[in-house]
Parts: sequence; structure tokens; C-alpha cells
Amino acid sequence: MSLFDWFADRRKGQFVGKVIQETDEGDGLWGKCPECGQVVYRKDLIANANVCSNCGHHNRIDSEERINLIADEGSFHALDQDLSPTDPLGFKDRRAYADRLRESQANTGMKDGVITGFCKVESISLALGVMDFRFMGGSMGSVVGEKITRLIEGATAKKAPLLIVCASGGARMQEGMLSLMQMAKISGALERHREAELLYMPLLTHPTTGGVTASFAMLGDLILAEPKALIGFAGRRVIEQTLREKLPDNFQTAEYLQEHGFVDTIVPRPQLKKTLCSLLKLHGYLPDKQKD
Amino acid sequence: MARRYLLEFEKPLVELEKQIEQIRELARDSEVDVSQQLLQLETLAARRREEIFQGLTPAQKIQVARHPHRPSTLDFIQMFCDDWVELHGDRTGSDDQALIGGIGRIGERSVLLLGQQKGRDTKENVARNFGMATPGGYRKALRLMEHADRFKLPIISFIDTPGAYAGLLAEEQGQGEAIAVNLREMFRLRVPVVATVIGEGGSGGALGIGVADRLLMFEHSVYTVASPEACASILWRDAAKAPEAAAALKITGPDLLNLGVVDEVLKEPAGGNNWAPLKAGEVLKEALERHLDELTKMSIQQLREGRYRKFRSIGRVLDPTTSETGLSA
Ligand SMILES: [Zn+2]
Repeated sequence: MSLFDWFADRRKGQFVGKVIQETDEGDGLWGKCPECGQVVYRKDLIANANVCSNCGHHNRIDSEERINLIADEGSFHALDQDLSPTDPLGFKDRRAYADRLRESQANTGMKDGVITGFCKVESISLALGVMDFRFMGGSMGSVVGEKITRLIEGATAKKAPLLIVCASGGARMQEGMLSLMQMAKISGALERHREAELLYMPLLTHPTTGGVTASFAMLGDLILAEPKALIGFAGRRVIEQTLREKLPDNFQTAEYLQEHGFVDTIVPRPQLKKTLCSLLKLHGYLPDKQKD
Repeated sequence: MARRYLLEFEKPLVELEKQIEQIRELARDSEVDVSQQLLQLETLAARRREEIFQGLTPAQKIQVARHPHRPSTLDFIQMFCDDWVELHGDRTGSDDQALIGGIGRIGERSVLLLGQQKGRDTKENVARNFGMATPGGYRKALRLMEHADRFKLPIISFIDTPGAYAGLLAEEQGQGEAIAVNLREMFRLRVPVVATVIGEGGSGGALGIGVADRLLMFEHSVYTVASPEACASILWRDAAKAPEAAAALKITGPDLLNLGVVDEVLKEPAGGNNWAPLKAGEVLKEALERHLDELTKMSIQQLREGRYRKFRSIGRVLDPTTSETGLSA
């Protein structure tokens, strides 16, 4: 249901559209923070992991940028890169699903909404999945479900710890029940990874909602989140309609979830790699010096 | 027998039923033999009902699935079990009335039965929260399933919900987490699990008790990734397009059998389960016992591997390494 909010907000150009604005000079070197209005030098912003140094606002980054922040340079090896979506229902709303797919593929250069693979984090092996919100709102269809499941199975086989960076509006309705069932499929694979006593950490980024929240986002041994990320099961609007009362200001933020016991730790993006590395080492995952 | 609650597309039957009723009354007051006319009209009515129900659109099936007189979880439990003890509470502070469970006996077998429970009228529905369970409901379900696991009781799950409850408290208490944990833990169960969509299978709220070795569905039940109303307002930007969304989403038993989501579609009496609840009960009981007979013969290893494989194979992707479209596993 929370996809509703996403689509509604996208139409209004809010929520998802909160990205650095060009300043009047328009030379592309400077941008304006959508949160505090501070004019920032783009190079500085990128050097700070796309976090505003004035107010701490975390700007959206795509899957490639995320991988660069986490993985040691050149260490990421993608899996199942050519797995592509089909249109199993022949779905057509105002537009055909096949057309929406082609458009997303053209805009992102991705086949579907997740990149998976193995990498090193300061020479420690890690299975890494990164959802990309640009691809149809990070919605989970068969390809996302299959790639994540294969990644988890691979991690279990290699006895590797696992990190999945979540960013999703929920299930991909255009694939109907096949998309809902990916929740169970992934959860089943996580059960086996857990049974093998391997560490799984989801990182919840803005936004993580719907079917992803009701499956792998909440199944971490440890659950990490980015500051102020929207995290929830149902959409705010749906809840407001049923309740007819005002919701708390910080409702469904990472901070709110931490207060209620559902997030272990909130990690500002510039500290992500360091925190990950500490957690991996504290759980006995050590740098693999022989191979690299 | 006049019915109190008719669906829009059943209206053509009203006229016929009225005539039948009139002739019956006539027969009571006179000596005239009307059995011939009565038989003719009743046969006609039965045939019309059959025709109407065979041609239901997905949107009409949703109406049947949501029919207030459609047999519910507790109706089926009462039909199946002489011995039935309802068990309450999630042991963390609540007892959700929208998701009920307990132990009973079907034939010679002790089993755990659980499912979402809707009400028949407004008052009951308020008490049952329209069959929309809270996180406490899903945690109660898991507590009961783990109990069944310890005492080797097969699990019978009845799915009938518009969805998991969406509310402030549900978010605070971790609706997502509660469902997620059920999805994972149901893969661990060492006892057979048979789930049946008896009415509405609403999204994650349905799946939260739906990770089963066998998934059955009644003919006019529906199972949806999102309600067609929500889907229509998101993708069509118009809630009035819900019937189109219902058709596009492929939510009926036969569709889901084709997609490999459902294992068996159970036939309903003409007019739907609400027309002949006892008949519906017989059909479901036979199917449940048949599947349990097969599943109880399996080893724990076979059972768990089979359950994993069943869900592992759901989805359609194009994999150039195998260069074919189809099942993903
Ligand atoms: Zn700022």
C-alpha cells in the first residue's frame, strides 16, 4: 500500500524529488541542499558521500555509488547481471508494464532494480545486495526476488556474511502474486543463512516500505538504518485515513523505529564503511589476506 | 428460501426465486398439484445460478470472496472438529481477535487450526477488526505454530483477510517485523502445513500465515498482491478502475494455478460456499485429509526441503545463462 504514497508524492514532485537543486549560476559545479537551502560545492558533497555537511541531509544515491562507498576499490564482482524481467501477466494499466520496464532500463542502465555480488570491505569478504530506487521505485518483482535469493544462497554456500541495502516501495504490482511470493522465497533463503550461523545485516535506506519491510528488511541479525530514512509497513496516508488523527512528526523514521526497538543502530553514511567493518570484525569475520 | 444478502449479479435469480416461493404458497393453500411446475422452475433456477457462477469476472469473484455469509475460519473449524479448544494470546500482551487458533481433531488426527476471522455483521466486524490482524495476531499465530511443532501436530491454516492491519499501533509494534519473522520461521516447521484461501487473501497479511507445503484455494476465493482498489488508484490513478485492476492482477484460483502459486483449486457449490456451507466443508475436509495423508508420510527433511523448493521455484525471469524464460529455479 505504501507505493500509493510514493506515486502520489512523485506526482507532486516531493519525497522522491528531494535532490540537490541547481543554483542560478547553472554551471553544474554548485547545488542547493533541498533540506536547508545551503549552497554546496558538488565536489565537496560527493566527497562527503552525498550528505549535506551543513544539516546532515542524506541525498539519494544510486546502487553504483552505494557499492563504491562500501566495497574496496575494484573488489565488487556482480552476479546474475543479465537476469531480466519478463511480463508474466501481460500487465497493462494506463501503460504497458513492458514499456515501463524498457523506460526504467534505459534510464538506469540496469536490467532490474537490484545489484548483487561479492566484494571485500577492508579485505573482509561480504555478500552485498543493493536495491536501486530509481528502477520503478525499487519495487520487488521476480528478478529482484531471484537475484537476492541467489545471493543469499551463495553467501550460505561460501559462509559469507551478508548485507542488503534496502530501498523499496514494496511489491511490484505488475507481476501480481509472483511478486508477493518473493517475500517468502527470500525469507526461506535467509532462514538457511541464519541456520548456518552467518551474520545478516539489512541497511534500511530512504524509503523502505511494504513487502520489503515485511520480509528481509526486518530479518536482520542486526538492523542498520540511515538517518531519517522512511521505514514502515503501511503507507502514512492509509493510516491517516483509518485513524483520522495526526501522526507523530517522526512517524516511520529510522529514529522512530529505533525508539520502538526495531532498528539496532542508525549509521550516518560517511561512517558506514567503518561501522560495517567494525561489526564484521566483532563477529569474527577477518580480512582475507592470502587471496588478495 | 429467500436470501437476505444478494450480490448485484445474482439479481436475475430473484425473479425466479420469487415465482418458486409463490407457487409453494399456492400449493400449501390448495389441492392443486404443482410439483411439475415447481421442478421445472427449480431446475431453471439451478441452471441459471450455475451459468452465472461459471462466468464470474475476477471483480465479481471478489464480491463472492467477501460475502458476509461465506463460511469463515470458525465455521469450518466447527464443521470439522468435535473436539476443539481455542487458545488465546501472543504471550507479549495481547490476544488478537482477528487471528484465532486452537487445537482440534479432524478424523483421527490432532491438528493445530488457525486463521483470520472476519465478522458477519458490523458489530462482529468491529470486534474482529474486519479480519485484519495486528502484529500481536501474527505473533500469536507463530506461538501456536511453534507449539504444534513441538507436539508434532500438523498445521491447518485458513486465509481470509483484506490485509494486515494498517494503523499507528501496528507500526509501533512492528507489523512488518511480525510478518517477516513468520515467513522465515514457517520454513523451519517440522510438521506439515496446509493453507487454504477460504475467502480473501490480502497481500502480506495473508502470506503471514501462508508459508505452507500445500496452498489450496476455493474456486471463488482471491489472492492478491495489493487490493484491486489500491492498485487501481496507484497505477490507473482512479479507484473506479478496480474491476480492470482485478482482472489484470490475476487473482483467481485458475490463474494462480497457472502461475505455480497455488497447488489445488477446490470446487464450490453453484452460488458459492455461502449457498451451501456444509457442502463447502465436505469439499475442504476431504482435500485437507488427502494432503495430510501424503505429507505425514514424509520425513522432516523431505517436508522442509519440499517447502523450500516450492517457494524457491516461484517467479518468472529471463536467464540468458540457461537461455529460456520460465521458472526461475
Ligand atoms: Zn543541508
